[in-house]
Amino acid sequence: MSATPNASPTVQLLSPAGVFAPSDAAAEFLPYLDRLTEADYRRFYRDMVVIRRFDKEAANLQRQGQLALWVPSHGQEAAQVGSAYATRPQDHIFPSYREHVVGMIRGLDLVDILRMLRGVTLGGWTPEDHGNFHLYTLVLASQTLHATGYAMGMQLDGSTATGNPETDQAVIVYYGDGASSQGDANEALVFAASYQTPQVFFLQNNHWAISVPVTRQSRTPLYLRAGGFGIPGTQVDGNDVLASYAVTAKHLDDARAGKGPALIEALTYRVGAHTTADDPTKYRDPDELAYWVARDPIVRFRAHLQGLGVEQEFLDAVDEEAEDNAADVRRRALEIHSPEKNVIFDNVYAEPHPRVQEQEAWLERYEASFEGDDA
Amino acid sequence: MSDTIVSPAAHPTAPPASGSVGAPAGPETASLPMTKALNAGLRKAMQDNPKVLLMGEDIGPLGGVFRVTEGLYAEFGDTRVLDTPLAESGIVGTAIGLALRGFRPVCEIQFDGFVFPGFDQITSQLSRMRNRHEGGVSMPVVIRIPYGGHIGSIEHHQESPEAYFAHTPGLRVVSPSNPHDAYWMMQEAIASDDPIIFFEPKSRYWPKGEVNLGTSGIPLHASRVVRTGTDVTVLGHGAMVSVLLQAADLAAAEGISIEVIDLRSISPVDYGPILASVEKTGHLVVAQEAHGFVSVGSEIAATVMEKAFYLLEAPVLRVSGFDTPFPPAAVETHFLPSPDRVLEAVDRALAY
Repeated sequence: MSATPNASPTVQLLSPAGVFAPSDAAAEFLPYLDRLTEADYRRFYRDMVVIRRFDKEAANLQRQGQLALWVPSHGQEAAQVGSAYATRPQDHIFPSYREHVVGMIRGLDLVDILRMLRGVTLGGWTPEDHGNFHLYTLVLASQTLHATGYAMGMQLDGSTATGNPETDQAVIVYYGDGASSQGDANEALVFAASYQTPQVFFLQNNHWAISVPVTRQSRTPLYLRAGGFGIPGTQVDGNDVLASYAVTAKHLDDARAGKGPALIEALTYRVGAHTTADDPTKYRDPDELAYWVARDPIVRFRAHLQGLGVEQEFLDAVDEEAEDNAADVRRRALEIHSPEKNVIFDNVYAEPHPRVQEQEAWLERYEASFEGDDA
Repeated sequence: MSDTIVSPAAHPTAPPASGSVGAPAGPETASLPMTKALNAGLRKAMQDNPKVLLMGEDIGPLGGVFRVTEGLYAEFGDTRVLDTPLAESGIVGTAIGLALRGFRPVCEIQFDGFVFPGFDQITSQLSRMRNRHEGGVSMPVVIRIPYGGHIGSIEHHQESPEAYFAHTPGLRVVSPSNPHDAYWMMQEAIASDDPIIFFEPKSRYWPKGEVNLGTSGIPLHASRVVRTGTDVTVLGHGAMVSVLLQAADLAAAEGISIEVIDLRSISPVDYGPILASVEKTGHLVVAQEAHGFVSVGSEIAATVMEKAFYLLEAPVLRVSGFDTPFPPAAVETHFLPSPDRVLEAVDRALAY
């Protein structure tokens, strides 16, 4: 193929201006776009806008003392929405802790995410009742191994690679450029390659691990590491929701069909802080931020939709829905009740444990001893 | 005592102990070394439940470096006995994923000192998964760790890291001292819905002992008096039990009656038999190969003093490995608690 301005190794379907202009590397992924309807395009846009507004609301809640911490996803919406829509209902998703919209797409109530960050639970939801969206994992890359083991289980119980795409299962695990340096991420790739698990490693390279740039994590583009493990690696423009969808759809299809694991590196950017405890102005070049803001995934896809003739009324309605959702989340977040103290002791063990039982009984007696005292 | 089923044959270096009763003979008993007893326990668990999987390094055709899984790969195949890549965090982390999927993985850590690359997955993930899920999932994972000294090996091959795991909420920690317990405790650990760290005393892997294949005779988390006595109670787990029985025999020759308790369960500790014994003897010595500082022995000593202060006629004394790295094998006999080191503490307790 002749060299073009789009000859980069990165799969891109939409230019930053929202023009459909596939890069050379996108060729093998283009057929997957045929699966999408206009309604899907609208859902992609709607979900990106809704989650960005939610993200802002959650940060506000933290600033107002209603959450212990918030983990912004601003800037990463296209990588997450596109990849999430490539999953099938029978797939299992192992997130890191920033994939709020993936959970939403899989049927999770966003308030359930806030419960953990409000400090009322260490988890927040039951994965089997919420689209197989597993719990957030706060130790970086730990979940990559859980995902790989889960995918090994799919192989062992015969739930994948039977030839039926409606039922064959796969796993997608989310992690980031910082986590890619962890031993667990690399061990997971070793195990996945060794057992040829039905699994996609979705690495969001948002360029910053708190204050440390990706250049400290890797001298090589992260998708090239896949080759060292003996699995396919694809770099995708993570701010291009269509490219994110198409690349993930292909690799998940391959995984379900028994073709083994793959690594996707989605190039994106953490526009906000790492968490609400972080201050990126201390370590980030404003010009770099401006570069990425100019490549905003929502702006890009809105331009694309407008080019396709999507009416302004739809775009306005999405904005209104995002406002309504944020208000609803805020209202319900403030209604989250604190648990009783029994959660300290419940579910530490499946079977009765004398030490835990004794300590729970002691705490009960101790606190009861104050009853009747003047407050 | 009628509640002991530790055969003297399980402790070939010790003469038959007065007060101990061997396992009932009959068609349901077998004389096995601990390696074979563990192997039989694993086989039984795998036959009983198709969700039981073995994972680890060299556990397939080789049967493990200690041959504990010998023959199981041939019998159950590579979907039940997984020779894994050489990465302990990977073994434990993927076992967690398999448990989430409904399997019951049994992971072999090749040697005690090699568990630490998997320590994060054990303590930050495995132990907490159920709690994090508010009871929505169970983690029926067994981590088998051959542990302890007396085998004259190199660094990282003779350690006793049980305190790290006993300190961690969400884990259960057990250690058999003899083939009968090894056979049953392995099956009971696999049947548990909680994660269990299973410390196998590798210096006791080879002596044969009677295994009653018909009945365990005691719950997984129970401690047990394995020799009755009246003057001093000594307790320990795993390989230390053999040392304690030897010490009791030596003391008996000098007219000192030692009661020996096999802890069996390191977490939780079954204090019932310990307190009952202390009520009788008024003296307690706890023994372990592990470093003494912030150890299982320290915890038991503190708890017994809290619960039974007025029953004690002397402070609870600890006999431990020193607070140094496990030394070169040439001097390990100076490091490891011996029968004489135990008796030195017994004498101090009695002289208090």
